[in-house]
Amino acid sequence: MKPLRRLGLLLVVVLMFLLAGCGGASQEKGAATSGGTSSAGTSNPTKPKYTVALEATFAPFEFRDMKTGDFTGFDIDLIKAVGQVAGFDVEIKEMGFDGIITALQTNNVDLAISGISIDDERKKAVDFSMPYYQSGLVVAVKTDNNTIKGFDDLNGKKIAVQIGTTSAKEAKKIPGAKVTELDKVPDLFLELKNGGVDAVVNDLPVTAYYIQQGNKDIKIVGDVRAAEYYGIAVPKGKTEVLQKINEGLKTLKENGQYAEIYKKWFGQDPPSFLPGEPPQQKQ
Amino acid sequence: MGLIIQSLPYLVMGAVQTLKITAVAVTLGCIFGLFAGMGRLSRRRLTSFLATCYVDFFRGTPLLVQIFIVYYGFPQLLNEVQQFLITHFGLPQLLQTTHIPVFVAATVSTSLNSGAYVAEIFRAGIQSIDRGQVEAARSLGMTEGQTMRYIVLPQAFKRVIPPLGNEFIAMLKDTSLLSVIGYVELTRQGQLISAATFKPLQVYFAVALIYLAMTFTISRLVDYLERRLRTGDHDRG
Repeated sequence: MKPLRRLGLLLVVVLMFLLAGCGGASQEKGAATSGGTSSAGTSNPTKPKYTVALEATFAPFEFRDMKTGDFTGFDIDLIKAVGQVAGFDVEIKEMGFDGIITALQTNNVDLAISGISIDDERKKAVDFSMPYYQSGLVVAVKTDNNTIKGFDDLNGKKIAVQIGTTSAKEAKKIPGAKVTELDKVPDLFLELKNGGVDAVVNDLPVTAYYIQQGNKDIKIVGDVRAAEYYGIAVPKGKTEVLQKINEGLKTLKENGQYAEIYKKWFGQDPPSFLPGEPPQQKQ
Repeated sequence: MGLIIQSLPYLVMGAVQTLKITAVAVTLGCIFGLFAGMGRLSRRRLTSFLATCYVDFFRGTPLLVQIFIVYYGFPQLLNEVQQFLITHFGLPQLLQTTHIPVFVAATVSTSLNSGAYVAEIFRAGIQSIDRGQVEAARSLGMTEGQTMRYIVLPQAFKRVIPPLGNEFIAMLKDTSLLSVIGYVELTRQGQLISAATFKPLQVYFAVALIYLAMTFTISRLVDYLERRLRTGDHDRG
């Protein structure tokens, strides 16, 4: 029966493991992300606290700061600022991107800001605030290039795009253009710097962030193509939360704080777009 | 290298979470698996049919899909049931949210999955015990239950240790799938770090090495355990 006693010992060890597991279950992710929740401003009992869902692998909108372990980014600064002017505190809940809409539908979170493009499909499931960010495709050239001023000047030029993106599709429509498809975003700009191509067509936020990271020899020119807008999502029927967010965005737009936050993360002034109704697009 | 050192605390936290959910999954899996494995050997038609259904479903579908069903599917089901009760029976709204916490969804999906594999391990282990053992025990006047408990299971347990160790290792690697629902285990920590630093190669390579260290250690532990249990054996002559 010796082996059996050993087996009992093994079972005890495994059970202890299990208990340790259950003990940690209640903390769920708080410990796992260290600073997974953070509050804006000072807590004050009359202020409501809204839980905000986001998926933190989308720099510069939301990502985890390596040094502090806190979540940071354009979206996070914006929602905290909205909370400050509209009178609510913010608690961040990080989750998988696919889970965000579900979490809103089940009323598990109060709102979500995570670089979510406003589209008709999503509008059926949740309500959106006014658009707070315009994304889309832009042309980037060397800073000393004054001949290319936008998409219209790209005919017959050499262009670098990222493989398999909407930018690649768009660039191939340009008459006479020689399109080079490369794998990674940094490669595109390297090619541009080395003079291999005349221009890069890529997502606006990604390009802007790249320039912001200290690549001042590149600039964005012209208008945004294939524009899409990011909105803050709230559960259907939560009109009070939606109203607060929209009023907050309006205030930030008027007092210049929006532009400030924009400049901090993208290194330039917002391109003729401010929160509100999308401008009429000339396609 | 500096990046890896900087991200090490996060990776260690992730590894701890990975070990935790694996231990929980396999432990609960052993409990489910024992019942399902015995159920499959049951002479009752219905019991063995149900056990077979359970095992076939969880072994025959991808774990990723099972995770999705639990985490995304169940809240919808709960929601619809609740709406149905409210509209047709005038019940008040009982649940403020039908959302399932990530850890709960992770535990449920992985342990049910593990249970199906462990059930097969146990079934094979029990069936591998020589018929003569059962006959001998029965002729000594033991009941069927006693035979199972004192004769068959102790011998079977020894035989299932190595495949159980393999199951633990397989589960440890499979928990990386939980990153898709935002459970912050080792792989998810890798995603978070890689997104902030734009250095996927170094980050995921470090993640892989940590997985390797864990699986290697566990397989050595299982080998050791197997050897220790074998020393009590005299039937090898």
